[in-house]
Amino acid sequence: MQEHDLSFVRVEMALAQSAPASERGLGAWIRKNLIASTGDTILTIIGIVLVAMILPQLISWAFINAQWTGADRTFCATVAQGGIQPDGWSGACWAFVNAKFGQFMFGRYPIDERWRPILVAILFVALLVPLLIPKVPRKGLNAILFFGALPIFAFILLVGGVFGLPHVETPLWGGLLVTLTLSFVGIAVSLPLGIVLALGRRSKMPIVKMLCVIFIETVRGIPLITVLFMASVMLPLFLPAGVSFDKFLRALIGVSLFAAAYMAEVVRGGLQAIPKGQYEGADSLGLGYWQKMGLIVLPQALKLVIPGIVNTFIGMFKDTSLVSIISMFDLLGVVKQNFNDPNWATPQTARSGLVFAAFVFWLFCFGMSRYSMFTERRLDTGHKR
Amino acid sequence: MKHIAIGILGAATLGLVASAASAATLDDVKAKGFVQCGVSTGLAGFSAPDDKGDWQGLDADFCRAVAAAVFGDGTKVKFTPLSAKERFTALQSGEIDVLSRNTTWTINRDTALGLNFVGVTYYDGQGFMINAKKLPGVNSALQLSGAAVCVQSGTTTELNLADYFKTNKMEYSPVVFEQLSEVDAAYDAGRCDVYTTDQSGLYGIRLTLGSPADHVVLPEIISKEPLGPAVRQGDDQWYHIVKWTYFALLQAEELGITKANVEEMKASDNPEIKRVLGQEADTKIGTDLGVSNDWVVNIVKTVGNYGEMFERTVGSGSPLKIARGINALWTKGGLQYSPPIR
Repeated sequence: MQEHDLSFVRVEMALAQSAPASERGLGAWIRKNLIASTGDTILTIIGIVLVAMILPQLISWAFINAQWTGADRTFCATVAQGGIQPDGWSGACWAFVNAKFGQFMFGRYPIDERWRPILVAILFVALLVPLLIPKVPRKGLNAILFFGALPIFAFILLVGGVFGLPHVETPLWGGLLVTLTLSFVGIAVSLPLGIVLALGRRSKMPIVKMLCVIFIETVRGIPLITVLFMASVMLPLFLPAGVSFDKFLRALIGVSLFAAAYMAEVVRGGLQAIPKGQYEGADSLGLGYWQKMGLIVLPQALKLVIPGIVNTFIGMFKDTSLVSIISMFDLLGVVKQNFNDPNWATPQTARSGLVFAAFVFWLFCFGMSRYSMFTERRLDTGHKR
Repeated sequence: MKHIAIGILGAATLGLVASAASAATLDDVKAKGFVQCGVSTGLAGFSAPDDKGDWQGLDADFCRAVAAAVFGDGTKVKFTPLSAKERFTALQSGEIDVLSRNTTWTINRDTALGLNFVGVTYYDGQGFMINAKKLPGVNSALQLSGAAVCVQSGTTTELNLADYFKTNKMEYSPVVFEQLSEVDAAYDAGRCDVYTTDQSGLYGIRLTLGSPADHVVLPEIISKEPLGPAVRQGDDQWYHIVKWTYFALLQAEELGITKANVEEMKASDNPEIKRVLGQEADTKIGTDLGVSNDWVVNIVKTVGNYGEMFERTVGSGSPLKIARGINALWTKGGLQYSPPIR
């Protein structure tokens, strides 16, 4: 009898219904993301109009009309400009980039010796990639090779003058070679130095603290251009006649110290964000200063400031372009310098060269930014809010 | 002592020390085996890198001529690109031996800055380029009253422009930009009818315009910009070598000695040619200068005479197509004149 009192009891789970048609598919996505309100609709229309205006022209300029090969300016100039293209032609002059590619990469590094920077680049990538992939073992050895052996090897190979390698003076270096050397040295020096400065600034030892504060505030208080200018124009006048340090070295030191001061402030931000309890906990375990910092505080602090650190790196990578004001030619400097070659002077030359330089810079900066996001996710252990 | 200590420190720790010059530049140059030459960071026709990255242009070729005079080999030269601000420091500090960087010769630079200008390798001056489509029939700067003139701000160019129009009682509306590239873009876009800067620069700019045939460089020059190489003060021997290298280039053109015929000319009966080419018996012209007696032969073999050099780098043999004008020899109505080599 009592069974009849029971109403229906469901024994198996109800099958999930698919979402209503109005919430599914392309239509719903468009409705939600593009035309949800009047404001959205207007913005969408403006966006579509802009893209429709720019994109076809851009594609036809960069790809369809572009001149990919050629020996001199006639290939990238219209008939009226003394070239072979039909009048009214507008396309990228990739022939210019093509002809000057070696210079854009290595500057005026002697052509017969260019295998040296290429070899360094191959080793650099071969050591960097396993270091960046968390799963690859032997990180310690890898790091020693990358930060210890590679710079020495690269220095010997690039500068030369020993083991039968012809000496290549740094004024001949240029292009991407200079950009990457400056950035790599800047990054490799500024991070450790920045950490030391940040710790020094929070130190309880008054002299150490004062020195760090003076250094950081002085360097942060002057523009990079001034630092480079001092290094290149003023320093030779102060040195006794007959002594002149290599200009590239001066710029390297200038850029590294400059980045270190900024890095110090980024790291200090991380240190201040660590609760006092962490410091006290480490103290109560009986850890010494360096153990406390190395094992407890810095791992947490650095993790917090990854975006800031990478920000500084990317900023520095782009700031290396400033060395062209002291007549050293990084990628952008070499590209701009070659605009003056009368054999390539056309209305399209400058545009094509700048677009190429922008693309290379974007490639590196985007790569750094993506890797930092990956690292943040990997180290994101239990602080999510 | 401090000298040595810093030197050793630099050499030992860095291995990247470049040596600088003392008074006897020629000895230094011979010891290191090349001439260190300061050029611009890129100026079409004067010093700009070609596809291989070698410096080409009038200024660069002049340094090759100096190297040829000293070593008999025009490749024994190294170029240091210098910005306008760095150029004098580089020469004063001994980083370079010759400054050949489209530098205007002025009294202040010759005296206060401790330089010695050796001569004028290119007589430049501020000129005007006009858009002939917008200003039809204009063939003199004196017809430019009321024109919109594109000019770079904060330069002597801007001041010369104001003076010129004021002196000639003409009106103009300046269109002023901070960067030279902005001036180019504005002129190409038609925001002004006239572009003014150094005349040699106008020819380079014309190549980058959309329709170069519509643009005309007017004949007037409204300022004096004698461009020439310079050396450090206080080393007369080196100064003479560089100065007479320049004169030898002119003398060779005057005597019709070219890159192609220099070997034949050695056998010439003309006493002047024989003297210049060092073919006279017991001649001491070259050795007195501190170089070998066939120095002029070496120079001409390397870069040709002045006229050849000019036509190849900025003249009819180059995309710039600048006319000789006042840079012609004095015998052809120009200003280039060499004292006799005897």
